[in-house]
Amino acid sequence: MQAIFQQIATHRVLATTLFLMVFPWLMPYEALAINILIFGLFAMGFNLLFGYMGLLSFGHAAFLGMGSYITGISIVSYGMPWGAAILFGVIAAAFGGLVIGFLAIRTRGIYFSMVTLALGQIVYYGFYKAEKLTGGENGLRGVKVDPFNILGFKVDFLNPLVKYYIILFFVVIAIWLVSRILKSPLGSVMEAIRENEKRVLACGYNVAQTKLLVFILSAAICGLAGSLRALHLSIVPIDSLHYLQSGQAVMMSILGGMGTFFGPFVGATVMLYLEDVVTSFTKHWMAVVGLIFMFFVLFFPKGIWGSILERLGSQKGASK
Amino acid sequence: MSKKTNQTRRNIVIAGAAAASSPFWFNIATAQSSTIKIGFPVPLTGPFSAEAQDQVRAAELAIKEFNDAGGFNGRKAELLVRDDKLNPGEAATRTLELIEKDKVDYVVGSLSAATQLSINAVCKERKVIFNSISQSDAINEVKDWSIYTFHEALNPHMTAGAVARYAFPKFGKKIVYLTADYAYGHEMVRGFERAGKSLGATTLADIRHPLGTSDYSAFMPRIKALNPDILVLCNFGRDLVNSAKQCTDFGLKSSVKIITPVLLYTARQAGGPEAFEGILGGTSYYWGMEDRIPSAKAFNDKFRKAYNGIVPSDYGALGYAGILSVLQAVKNAKSTDTPRVIAAMEQLKYDWYKGPQFYRKCDHQSVQSVIVIESKSKNMKDKNDVFNVLAIDGPDEKTLRSCDELGHKA
Amino acid sequence: MQLLTGVALGSIYALLALGLCLIFGMLGVVNFAHGAFFMVGAFLGVYFLGLTGNFFFSLLLVPIVTGGIGLVTERFLIRPLYGRGIDYPLLLTFGLSYVLIEVMRVTFGIEGLPSITPDSLKGSMNVGIGYFPKYRIFLIVMTALIILGIWFFIQKTRYGLIIKAGSRDPEIVKVLGVDVAKVWLLVFGIGTAIAGLSGILASPTRSVNPEMGIPILAESFVVTVVGGMGSPIGAVVAGLLVGVVYSLTSLFAPALAELSIFVLMAVVLLIRPQGLFGKSGFMS
Repeated sequence: MQAIFQQIATHRVLATTLFLMVFPWLMPYEALAINILIFGLFAMGFNLLFGYMGLLSFGHAAFLGMGSYITGISIVSYGMPWGAAILFGVIAAAFGGLVIGFLAIRTRGIYFSMVTLALGQIVYYGFYKAEKLTGGENGLRGVKVDPFNILGFKVDFLNPLVKYYIILFFVVIAIWLVSRILKSPLGSVMEAIRENEKRVLACGYNVAQTKLLVFILSAAICGLAGSLRALHLSIVPIDSLHYLQSGQAVMMSILGGMGTFFGPFVGATVMLYLEDVVTSFTKHWMAVVGLIFMFFVLFFPKGIWGSILERLGSQKGASK
Repeated sequence: MSKKTNQTRRNIVIAGAAAASSPFWFNIATAQSSTIKIGFPVPLTGPFSAEAQDQVRAAELAIKEFNDAGGFNGRKAELLVRDDKLNPGEAATRTLELIEKDKVDYVVGSLSAATQLSINAVCKERKVIFNSISQSDAINEVKDWSIYTFHEALNPHMTAGAVARYAFPKFGKKIVYLTADYAYGHEMVRGFERAGKSLGATTLADIRHPLGTSDYSAFMPRIKALNPDILVLCNFGRDLVNSAKQCTDFGLKSSVKIITPVLLYTARQAGGPEAFEGILGGTSYYWGMEDRIPSAKAFNDKFRKAYNGIVPSDYGALGYAGILSVLQAVKNAKSTDTPRVIAAMEQLKYDWYKGPQFYRKCDHQSVQSVIVIESKSKNMKDKNDVFNVLAIDGPDEKTLRSCDELGHKA
Repeated sequence: MQLLTGVALGSIYALLALGLCLIFGMLGVVNFAHGAFFMVGAFLGVYFLGLTGNFFFSLLLVPIVTGGIGLVTERFLIRPLYGRGIDYPLLLTFGLSYVLIEVMRVTFGIEGLPSITPDSLKGSMNVGIGYFPKYRIFLIVMTALIILGIWFFIQKTRYGLIIKAGSRDPEIVKVLGVDVAKVWLLVFGIGTAIAGLSGILASPTRSVNPEMGIPILAESFVVTVVGGMGSPIGAVVAGLLVGVVYSLTSLFAPALAELSIFVLMAVVLLIRPQGLFGKSGFMS
């Protein structure tokens, strides 16, 4: 068992990809699997900032929402092809990351969380009010992806399995990107900042710039998750931008194991699957989810995946 | 190198074993049944769960009625209820689940404007009939509409119009609106002003408040100062309960007549007799109509019999009608084939619970009566007897916005 | 006139923020269940009022009960998490709020309860510039008294001294032989008792339903941050300030009312991150 995990650690992107390729067969229906992909990516983007750099942001829904809305608006109001729409969504979210990051980096600790919360809410209201473009509180409807051709094959986006694999394609690219970042010198600096910011500063690194860079990357990845979500649901609900949505990213990361590579995905899977299954059994799903959550916070502070890793005695070197 | 292939092979075997035991295969097996499946996404949890649960009760009653009468060619109907948590993203996911996994034939549902629009977006792309059972102005408009979209419920224009036509001539022409600052509030005001124009009413002020406001004390002095004949509370659910209560507390009722576009049975029960005393409003249905409308009595009796004597609410009745219309259309079309069912629904003339109704062709809006009711606190025969029926505004296409106005080409 | 309604609203905020501030200052715990305790207090208030018919008695009973729940929470749920970092109690209380909301739903129904203004406080009275509801006057006066009471407790009694010392430096207090764990327990209980009290005080002015604590939570955090996370004076001043800002914007630009308090928070954080009365570098 240990050997398998060693292998997975070294080839984590490949392992993740393979697992995700069979994933829809493990889930009761594809739409749930796609939601897990999307939120897994969202949590992963968030985790770059939270788990690896120790910055707890409560406004990350702003980037999920920006990605969704800009992609949606590009398709609905400007008739752009979906590929370009995704690109615009990501760029918009990255830009948002630049602005919000720049403002937020000046604070630390709990104040950082509060500033991101406040700025996130301001973005929420902005989109809410821009009714003509965004549909206001009814959300944006009509995000369509017409059938298209790849190498002569007709691709029907409405087919749930086909949709899953197309979205998986983008998610895998993003995961690969995250893995590369974490394995690079930048990744080491990130973790160093989390452990002891002053020392990193003393070593001569530009901490503020690093923070801002990671903030932008994190925003871009969350933005991609948002773009894919718009295509998946055909709508963009306004509450994508609300702080409760940001809270979900926090919960998923902690549940899965912050500061681990696979953790956020595990967290997203468990949380969404649980919510789905528990909802079918009882109206009181909120209490059940709350209880399970409290249980994990109390007894598995490293999260599910984090605790599994710990149990297998993984070394600090292969940071997962 | 071979070690890695072994690992990968092992992974595949493990994955395969997991897949084989997963629920997915089980689902493929059950999808072959021959029942007519109707998906029913409603907010079972959240602030409107009481209304949603009534919708479920009434919908199940409709299904049972259909099945007991023999169904369609021996095929029974089945209701698949899902919780959309009053959340458009969740509603979209649930609808995807219903269509892709459960392979429902039709979808009926929801309770808020936002969720029904998102359900509609998913349904129309996949060419599934959706009969919406809650208020919305947007769903009739050409941007959201499709031939698969049907609207069983009232819309703000119809409701506000009926209440305006009753109240403005009776109580006065100087109107102040206290409006929740979101789409629903604005739509209601538009409906009132449109009807009011021909009656010579003037708007003194349209006071907006943030959605979900619990404290209306800031607005009371201003309202009093304007000295209107009528105060229109253009808000819904909790907001209505809160504002009604506070208007009472501030003593507004002594000088102003308070009306509201939609007066829900559940809101009245939650707010209590005192807060709502004398307030007048519109509704799609009130059980108390049974003494003048025979189909209402028939519906109430069936409901009381099935559910221990409780009476159906306004939203509940919509659940009942929404299901019956679709199933009757199936019978009339002699087919479950969607284009034929749509054609049958467009021709349908029905009277499930409140008098004659039909769907207008251009936007599939159900043309129906609007009931004007007034809340009472004295002479209540029992705890259900909370309203007096003042008037029934009959079904008339002229109360709707015209097809052109909504953007539909003839 | 608007100012007066703002002050009434602000009093509730001030009280809530005070509770949050005590818990945070002393325990370093960000209590995400504070809004839920507020909601529980409101429900219990209406319930006891229905049972006993006496508002003032209920006013006494509610904080005892919510404080009690708080004590249990601290002892069994939060205490194990000390030392793990600030995020864990926050997350735990977040989960707790879900559970509390659902428990209230199950116990009292999803619709909530109709709130009742006690007879003695119904109606409005002339305050010189116009008529203002009696109950809100009562609210302002009552919260002022409670806040004074708490101030007195903290400044003038021995326990208060320990609490103040403990928030500055828990290590020294421990060394001096005080059972810090007991103090933390007490403080959390007091904090949640205050939350419950604000709930029952607020209940006649709004509808009592299981979700009422959610927006309140965000607003309480805004107040705490604006005032300064460790400062009781800050909590009170900021509470009144936020209440007034909200009421005034509701009148002139209602759609922006909720936004306005977040903008206020963002502005304060960017210009003076420690809040109006907070100590610099308190939470770095």
